[in-house]
Amino acid sequence: MATPLTIEPVPAEPLIWFEDVRIGFDEGEVLRGISFAVQPRETKVIIGESGSGKTVLLKLAAGLLRPDSGRVVVMGHDLTEMREVDLLDFRRSIGFVFQEGALFDSISVSENVAFRLSQEGISPEESEARVREVLRFVELEEAYEKSPPELSGGMRRRVSIARAIISRPPIVYYDSPTGGLDPVTSQTIITLILRLRDYVGATSLLATHRLQDAFGLANFEFDFTSDRVIPIWEDPARAQHSATTFLVLRDGKIYFEGEPTELLKSEDSYLRQFLF
Amino acid sequence: MTCRRANVTLSSLSFRAMATLNSNLPEAPKISLFSVFGDVLKRQILALQNYSFLVGDSLAKIFTPPHYTEDVLNQMDVIGVGSLPIILLTGFFIGGVMVINTAAQFQKFGETSLTGDVVAIALVRELGPTITALLVAGRNASGIASELGSMVVTEQIDAMRALGTDPVRKLVVPRLVATILVLPLLTAVADLVGLIGGFLVSHFTLHLSASEFWHRSVSALVFGDLVQGIAKPLVFAVIIATVGCYQGLRARGGTEGVGRATTTAVVVSSVAILVSDFFLGKLLIYWFLQ
Repeated sequence: MATPLTIEPVPAEPLIWFEDVRIGFDEGEVLRGISFAVQPRETKVIIGESGSGKTVLLKLAAGLLRPDSGRVVVMGHDLTEMREVDLLDFRRSIGFVFQEGALFDSISVSENVAFRLSQEGISPEESEARVREVLRFVELEEAYEKSPPELSGGMRRRVSIARAIISRPPIVYYDSPTGGLDPVTSQTIITLILRLRDYVGATSLLATHRLQDAFGLANFEFDFTSDRVIPIWEDPARAQHSATTFLVLRDGKIYFEGEPTELLKSEDSYLRQFLF
Repeated sequence: MTCRRANVTLSSLSFRAMATLNSNLPEAPKISLFSVFGDVLKRQILALQNYSFLVGDSLAKIFTPPHYTEDVLNQMDVIGVGSLPIILLTGFFIGGVMVINTAAQFQKFGETSLTGDVVAIALVRELGPTITALLVAGRNASGIASELGSMVVTEQIDAMRALGTDPVRKLVVPRLVATILVLPLLTAVADLVGLIGGFLVSHFTLHLSASEFWHRSVSALVFGDLVQGIAKPLVFAVIIATVGCYQGLRARGGTEGVGRATTTAVVVSSVAILVSDFFLGKLLIYWFLQ
């Protein structure tokens, strides 16, 4: 990218804060008293089996769903108290990468990426420049004129990431960004998320059932000097304080929350299932 | 005797075992016909409430910014221009078939000149608005429901909300405005083409002259007929667009859910058009023709 992306200054208090959140649907209660906090520039990886409530948790954090009880506070805004019209404004300060990309099939890739800018009344010239900038960042500038059905699964995810970061949000949510992709494409997506994290410094919530993605984020960083992914232990300053933490969901509750090393050392049989 | 005792004992044991087992199980909820009916009724009332909210919300948002003019024009093209061929075709033949059915009766009394009156009144008051609305409902309520339903199940609606855009403003309002604008026009076209069809059939079968047919047709219509011909499509347009959007936005369960939403949209909008036509007809006749 030509110029570094900048983010709004963030307060030192937790950027995302869940307090005893419960939500249920016709099938029963999905989340049962979830409480956790995410600090600025932290990447929290939500791990859980299919149907464990990862997507629901992300949608709660974006104000797309309202909890039955409890509070969700993001960037100082209590989402549970906000009206939908205010939530629409709030969501312009977050990026959301959906499971299958959720691109608008009726418009082109460039229009998808520029969607938020067009709603904000940004001039076409500025919009085009920014769209090309983010498409270059996700290495898909050649897809500018294409339509979403022409793209592969991996390309759709990358366009979805481009769309989510076009307005340079301080928070990005990723819902199973590598779900259904082959290992090589999955690695490309994780490298992209690493680049975004280490370049922009965005705070992230990432839902996945693939532990290799979680450890990829925890153990590696993007080195912009050499333009490659390197292990964090090659950067002593970074290794001292990993900004990636794990949260494991089971039966609607938090089963584990902590550092990657704690998860590795755990003797718990359920957690070991994820490791091996 | 031993056998009988043994059987009795076994039965008693089985019964006790079942009783023990049942006592350990949570008590099954009592299902009665009344509770099932109550649940169905509650769901229907909830659906009606949600539909009413959507209608109110989308009608209110027509008058407040932001407006998506380009989307409205695009929908007018899809709904209006796209429906024009079937409206032209069906309108023509409805006019023609009306003459065929009424001609024989009028010939008995030697009053074939009245054919123009009947065709004009029936088309402008009733058949034009209703048949046009039913055709547009079949074509567009289903299209709207399947498009929006697909967007729901592929999370595009959530993505739109996550990007800070109100789906009601961006998707529902343009479809509603476009349908309100094009349906009266389509109805007018259907009326005109129906009259042309009626004239051609009456000309070739009853040998009515052009001046005879058109003079009678125009003079038979009064202001109240025209009000009916325009007021009905406005109401039908709201029904078609909002039912299509509502069914699409509540689609659940993947492609099967989208199919269900599409079918329901056509059925509900068609029934609602016919039911509202009865009450509107009654009301408008009371206001303007009595």
